[in-house]
Order: sequence, then structure tokens, then C-alpha cells
Amino acid sequence: MQAFTTLTGIAAPLPKANVDTDQIIPARFLKSISRSGFGKNLFANFRYKEDGSENPDFVLNQEPYRKAEVLIAFENFGCGSSREHAPWALLDFGIRCVIAPDFADIFHNNCFKNGVLPVRLPKEVCAQLIEDAKMGPNARVTVDLEREVVVRPNGEEIPFKIDPLRRHLMLNGLDDIGQTMQHAPAIDTFEAKQKAAQPWLYA
Amino acid sequence: MSAQKPRTLFDKIWDAHVVDTLPDGTALLYIDLHLTHEVTTPQAFDGLRAAGRGIRRPDATLGVIDHNIATDDSRYTGIVDPESRLQVETLQKNAAEFGMPLIPLLDERQGIVHVIGPELGRSLPGMTIVCGDSHTSTHGAMGALAFGIGTSEVEHVLATQTLLQKPAKNMKVEVAGNLAVGCSGKDITLAIIGKIGTAGGTGHVIEYCGDAIRNLDMAGRMTVSNMAIEGGARAGLIAPDQTTYDYIARTPDGPKGAALERALAWWKTLPSDADAHFDTVVRLNAHEIAPQVTWGTNPEAVLPITGVVPNPADIEDEAKRAQMERMVQYMGLTPGQRLQDLKVDVVFIGSCTNSRIEDIRAAAAIAKGRRVADGVRAMVVPGSGLVKKAAEAEGLDRILREAGFEWREAGCSMCLGMNPDKLTPGQRSASTSNRNFEGRQGPGGRTHLLSPAMAAAAAVSGHLADVRDYQPKESI
Repeated sequence: MQAFTTLTGIAAPLPKANVDTDQIIPARFLKSISRSGFGKNLFANFRYKEDGSENPDFVLNQEPYRKAEVLIAFENFGCGSSREHAPWALLDFGIRCVIAPDFADIFHNNCFKNGVLPVRLPKEVCAQLIEDAKMGPNARVTVDLEREVVVRPNGEEIPFKIDPLRRHLMLNGLDDIGQTMQHAPAIDTFEAKQKAAQPWLYA
Repeated sequence: MSAQKPRTLFDKIWDAHVVDTLPDGTALLYIDLHLTHEVTTPQAFDGLRAAGRGIRRPDATLGVIDHNIATDDSRYTGIVDPESRLQVETLQKNAAEFGMPLIPLLDERQGIVHVIGPELGRSLPGMTIVCGDSHTSTHGAMGALAFGIGTSEVEHVLATQTLLQKPAKNMKVEVAGNLAVGCSGKDITLAIIGKIGTAGGTGHVIEYCGDAIRNLDMAGRMTVSNMAIEGGARAGLIAPDQTTYDYIARTPDGPKGAALERALAWWKTLPSDADAHFDTVVRLNAHEIAPQVTWGTNPEAVLPITGVVPNPADIEDEAKRAQMERMVQYMGLTPGQRLQDLKVDVVFIGSCTNSRIEDIRAAAAIAKGRRVADGVRAMVVPGSGLVKKAAEAEGLDRILREAGFEWREAGCSMCLGMNPDKLTPGQRSASTSNRNFEGRQGPGGRTHLLSPAMAAAAAVSGHLADVRDYQPKESI
């Protein structure tokens, strides 16, 4: 996983609540067996018209947002399906951070496994950041995970909180399977005990 | 243990599966059953391969193919779409390479992952169950802690049989009293989402209780738990009881004899203690629930079938008004329009929400002696080969075919628009599935979620209809 430390970039405003994972990446694009290449179908139903041409009204088809690295939205971002293809599509497009008032649980988890940082900030702050994002290509936002602050284009710092373990893994780009493997003796012990007490769970 | 504080069903299952606790309180949680399918696993197996890892507990892992396959005869001749074929073949190859048990595509046990787990007796009370699919919440109806995970977590479970998890909050949803005529588990679960909203359960595990839940059969309970995720909760549990035990006794792979006796002794300790603490409590009265149908593009946009399309102009909050305007426009509706006047093009009875034998019986009861309306395509897709076989043994397929329904092979079908069964732009469907998101059943498709009986009533009338006006003509 790519580490996330600090990022300064263009933020795309998506002032919508309940952006579900079928919107982020429709099911018909989930057939790839690799982790990459989903970016071209990110928000496909909004980005492209029925004939396949670009919809100029959609934010990611507009300058400067084609190069957005941050996405700002409203409540319950990432609800619906568990598809990790949603953070993969964001990442493949170039978006490394999503800021919203809250996130659906599974999407929130999946982001941390892929170096995409989900930042929870109050709705009025998100609304403010959306206004900032509309000002122009120089109105860049900084997301600093080390210091846990979002820096507005005017320099104002807005603090946020990330779970300490997740922050540590993300800052260092660590694979948590390796971390869990260190607990192998405890897993062995658990299995021996469970097998004795609940043998029907074992073949 | 002595003088332990009262615990919920969720607390008890959680406590029984904590392998280790990290300094910050994150638990390493043991997973008893890992179900897998072709869409969310290829990248996980790639990860294992790259790291030189294997599957820790193949006996606690089971694969099945469900999302991609066609539900017509083409499964016998070969999958037409090359990408779908590759994804299916990749699962078959990975299963062989890593020694993962996989139900073969043409086996009668093949079906939707959330139908076959309980049906085969693999999903049992007190278990922790995961799958790379958000509707894993379904298995909560067995009294198990079951939730959806992403592909990285699939890889983590394959390699370690554990997951790193923070405990969730407890939410009690109590549905008191008796359900009215024409209503089912689907109407209960839609009414709950209507009340709590699509994010109402975020951060929580729901426990459904109350007489109306208790009185449901296992299929009805699975429908309720299936849609916990549509209310934002990753898991939705129902305490096991005699209904659960009787169901398990009929399954092929459930514990038998002495093992069953031993299992029962543990299962009976699982229900929440009387004074257990719930962080959030929601109450509904079953008799106040009328047959439900969604009108918008998330499951919270739901109304009784007697309702009318809401008017965005009545909404004060600007963002909410804009969202409602978009829904009304996308769904091709007019504010004030009666839901019962909406003509449908397609009726889909199936999906992990409603494709069990009880669901098909409910649809057949309404269909018997009636005809699918002109211009309507109506399809019934059993949840598994075993459901299909049972329905055919009861003659339900004949009733449905005679009424003009298509009778298909098992699979996810038109729930999600990633196999050949999908809507075309602008088509309106009455669907027993779980998501009415924009484009969910195919780009531009318009989905109304409802129960199997309501779907059958829509098929025979040609429009969304109140099932109470279409009661069975004769018993089946």
C-alpha cells in the first residue's frame, strides 16, 4: 500500500449526500480481475452520456477537477455495496482523499486498506471546503495526516481525527496481514480451544 | 465467569471470538466461516500468491459462483461475455490452486452465496461469518455475527482466518405485534429503513426482536437481516430459537446427533440478557406497517403502496430538496402521482433478499389463476439449484409459467446489472431485490423495491399494485 503523509492538491466539489458505491463504480465494471484500470469508469453513469461521450456538466470532466486529488462530498459517502473497486477507482483516477461529514462503514474500512484517506469533518466545514474548491485552480487544499489537519487555501487549519492504529499503518504504508501474522501463536491457541469446545466448526 | 455484566447477542458472539486485543482496543477477531464468490476475490488471491501465502482454513472457506452468470441455458454452453467468463474461470483456477472448496457451476447446490450458506447448514448460530459482499448481513438471521468485507479483508481472512475489528455499537430494533395481511419480512425491513434512514445504523450492529420478528419463518428473517446494510448497519442479528433449530435440522451439512446436542447447548446461551445495554433503540408496531414500495433511488425513499409521489417543493433543506428533485426526475415521476398508477415494464422476483422457497410460494399464490399483464416481462429466479428443485417438486414453476412468468436458473440475476439480466434505459421494474440506486439494475433503469407477493401483484396488474386487492384465488 502506498503511504499517505501529506497531500496538497485540487479538490473536486461533489455536494451530494448518499453517494453510493454503485455511483462510484457501477457493477458492470467490476469484472476485471486486477486492482487497476477502474479510474476510467469512476462515476461512469455521470461522467459519460449514453453514447459514451463525456458529460460536460459532471465535475470531474471540468478543469481543473480532471486532476483532482481530493473529493469533497456530503453525508453517508460510500454507502451500499462492499466493493473495494470503489476506492480502487478513486485511487486509479488520482483521488487520494475524500472529505465528508460521515462515511458508510465498509467503504470507510476499504479506504484505509488502499491508502485513500477518508476525513470526517462537520457538514458546515465540508460546505466551506466545497466553496473553496470552486474558487479556481490555485485554491488548493492540503491534507496533512501527520499533523491531522486540513489546510484551507487561505491558510486556516481545520483539525481532524483518525484512529491511531489506522493512522500509523497509513503513514507507513503497512500491510496489516504482516502485522496480524505476528499474532500467529495466539491464533493457534484460539483454534485449539475452539476445536475442543465446538468441534462442529471444524472439518 | 462470575458476575459478568449483562451482554447482548452481539457482545456474546464477539467475546467468544476475540483472539487478541491490540493496545488501542482493536480486536483480532476469529472468523468461523468465509464465503467467497467470483467478483471480490481475484485480487485477494493475487495478493496471497505475491506474498507466498495460502488459505489458513480451507475447511472454513466455501466458494460459489453467482454474480456473473446468466440465468438462462447459456450456463450449460459457456458464458458468453469474455470478462465474466474470465472472472468465473479465475475463481475456479484459484480454488484449485489454493485448495478452496468450490461448489461447481452446474451443481444443484450452486446459488446465491447468501442463500446457500444457511440452506446447506454452513451458516449457524453463534458463528462469525464474512464474505466480500455487503449482503452478508443476511446470515445474521441465523443468530450469527455476519458482515460484508472488502477484498483486502478477504485476503486477510484467507491468510489468517481473522480480521482486525473495532467493536460496534448495539442497536435494538423491536417490531411489536402482528403483521397485517399482505405483509412480509420485506415490508418490515423496508419500513425500518424508512424510519431510521440509510445511515441510521452506521457504526452499529442491529438486533431485530419483537413478536413480529419472532413469528417470521427463516426466509422472512433472512429478508429482514439482508437489508440491515441498507440501513447502514453492517450486521443485523436475530436471536436463534426453535424456528432456527428446526430449520438447521433440515439442512444437509448442519451438525447432527451428539454434535447438534452440544451445539444447541451453546446456541441456547446466545440470546441477549434481559437487562443488556443497547446504545440505540428503535420501536415499530407491526400492525401499522402496510405493504411497502420504494419510489426513489435509495431504500429510505419508501412509502406504503397507498401513498403518492412526494413533492420536493415541500422540503425546506436545500440539499435534501435537490436530492429529492433528482430522484423524482430520474424515476420519471410527477409529484402527487399515485404509486399504484405507475406502470411497470419488468418484474423481477429473486436476489439474496427474496429468492427462497417461501418467497416463490408467496409469488405463486398471487399468480395462480392469473396472467402476467400484456407488455410486462416477469421473471422468477430461484436463489439456488436446491430452491429451484424444491419449487419444481411443489409445482410452483408450472403455476408461474402458466401465468406467463419466466422460470430461470439460480443466480444474482437482475439485482445488480452485471450479468445478462438487466434493465434498459427508462425501463421501470418492480423488484424484490435490495437496492434501488440509479443504474443498479442497468444504466437508466428505474427500480421499485417490494415484496414477492407485491411483485407478483404488479406483474398481473401491469402496474404497482396493492397486494391486498389481489389475494390468492385458490390455495396452492
